[in-house]
Amino acid sequence: MSSAIPPAPGAPAPRAPAAGAAPAGAAPAGAPVGAGDLLRIAGLKVEFRSMRGVVKALDGVNLSVAPREILGLVGESGCGKSVTGFAVLGLLPRPIARYTDGEIVFRGEDLLGKSEHEMRALRGKVISMVFQDPLASLNPVFTVGEQISRVVRLHRGVSGGPAREMTREALAATGLPPTDEILQSYPHQLSGGMRQRACMAMAISCGSELLIADEPTTALDVTIQAQILKLLLRLREERGVAQVLITHNVGVAAQTCDRVAVMYAGTVVEQGPTARVMKHPYHPYTIALYECLPQGKRAAELHTIPGSVPDLIDPPPGCRYHPRCPRAMDVCTTVKPAPTPVAEGHWVSCHDVARRLAAPVHEVAP
Amino acid sequence: MSVTTPTQTRGLSDWRVRHAASLSEWRHSVRVFARDRLAVIAVVWIAFMVVLAVGAPVIAPYPSQGQGQPDVSIRLQAPSAHHLFGTDELGRDVLSRVVYGSRIALVMPFVTMIGVLLIGIPLGGIAGYFGGLVDEAVMRVTDVFLAFPSLILTMALVAFLGASLRNVGIAIVVTWWPWYTRLVRGMAVSLRQRPFVKVARTMGVADLRIILRHILPHAFGPVIVQMTVDVGTVILAVAAMSFLGLGAKPPTPDWGLMISTGQSYILQQWWIGTFPGLAIFLLVLAFNLVGDGLRDVLDPRMRR
Repeated sequence: MSSAIPPAPGAPAPRAPAAGAAPAGAAPAGAPVGAGDLLRIAGLKVEFRSMRGVVKALDGVNLSVAPREILGLVGESGCGKSVTGFAVLGLLPRPIARYTDGEIVFRGEDLLGKSEHEMRALRGKVISMVFQDPLASLNPVFTVGEQISRVVRLHRGVSGGPAREMTREALAATGLPPTDEILQSYPHQLSGGMRQRACMAMAISCGSELLIADEPTTALDVTIQAQILKLLLRLREERGVAQVLITHNVGVAAQTCDRVAVMYAGTVVEQGPTARVMKHPYHPYTIALYECLPQGKRAAELHTIPGSVPDLIDPPPGCRYHPRCPRAMDVCTTVKPAPTPVAEGHWVSCHDVARRLAAPVHEVAP
Repeated sequence: MSVTTPTQTRGLSDWRVRHAASLSEWRHSVRVFARDRLAVIAVVWIAFMVVLAVGAPVIAPYPSQGQGQPDVSIRLQAPSAHHLFGTDELGRDVLSRVVYGSRIALVMPFVTMIGVLLIGIPLGGIAGYFGGLVDEAVMRVTDVFLAFPSLILTMALVAFLGASLRNVGIAIVVTWWPWYTRLVRGMAVSLRQRPFVKVARTMGVADLRIILRHILPHAFGPVIVQMTVDVGTVILAVAAMSFLGLGAKPPTPDWGLMISTGQSYILQQWWIGTFPGLAIFLLVLAFNLVGDGLRDVLDPRMRR
């Protein structure tokens, strides 16, 4: 029944082949990260102070993005996808947000240790971000060309002709004709798709290596959505831009991403190659999430996940999913599950999965 | 047209093409403004006063009297063909003095507004954008200033600094900047939540540059409207200070001062105080009308 047979008990963890992989003890136990990654987030914990109390927004996020890779970050609203994106850029509101643990390593450098000044030099130049609503993302009082060329001037130290040239080049790379007509348009004069392309042009205009796309297609209609997703793939092919695609839409992730990481209430519960995770989801939450996709023809067949997202001021102890989990056990209410490898590059944080992995093979059904 | 060289023409049309969007925006604004007849008349009136102020030595029928030269042989004459607005208690042509008075009436608000904007806008932008303790500190200071009735505070400051037009200007700046800090701060608080500000930050733009490029331009409209209304208020405040003897000194052709002296003659020689009073009234009214017109132009809801 199970086509994906998990490793036998005690077998060495199947890690992504990494040059000079660190000995098992060096990395946090079982952290699903490889060397040679462009971006590596390990055990990241972030808290927000609020009137009602401390919101434990991120609770040990482990992620990695290889060069030229597109990672999908999937989860419900409020699960910490966007917070993770902003954390990478160091843009969480400072006195309110606190990084309590973990590290964010980009090209081998710890971003959390960098000064605001150093981070500013990275933002928009090496790591950039695009957002959900392209109309709101552009300043309504400046033309599109002006806004893109300003980023170019800021990070590339050019002006005049060369800046104009780079602006046109960035625009062309996103599939917009770099004509005067477009450059001199105000955001409200462009269509939704064109606006999002303009936003992307701004994001890649200075040769970013990593693009964090925060729900870039959510505000667009379906045909434009597909075009923007194609554009993401094209940017990877033509410019080698690695991407983190934040989305609540598993279908979008399936179309675009090499790997997906599923987040729930501030933790990554499952991470692996998109096709594998889609075909053989292990974590009860991932399974439930895929079951929610409309598959039948009648509305009555739509699934939902019982219960609701926990209050992160007072999150459930142990596994944060256990109150909604059909397979919850006693240990789930006390101990936070560690990421367990279930296959090549596929990691799951679930006590039940870990237990069944340790059991004889025939008992395991994902 | 025929004398412009080809390069000049190309330069201009090139400029037109590159700024087509802002040009049409500008033309549209002018059209919206022009629909408001009163505002247009008000602009013409203000322009007329500016011409008077600039050309006072040429326009005033008796320039030396306008500046304060007395001629006791023609004291307290009623309006006539020689002296359209009559003469005052020292025999000076009231019309000439009203014309010269427009200089102070226009220069004072202009200069004080510059001071007010230079203090008020940056402080408001910084307080609103950064929020937190900075905001708290700045806003509590403005609260202290705003807790005083502004005219009384201005009077107290002038009394403290010494009576002169310069000190009236300083006092007005000190009294008025908190209004602008409030206004801009409110705009900045809402603007900093806007996604394009977030985008600017993800693009590595420094905070001060964000305030300058993304916050302040959006506060521009409300500040302009507030300014046109306040220009009227400042004209009144300057006149009030002079009327109270805290501003301009006697030979100076100041409208407030003229009303102050005209006050004792108001029953017999009504023209001494009435004409400068009318001048103040019309100028303040004109600025308020322009302010209303501009608010319509700058408020997107009034479009089309």
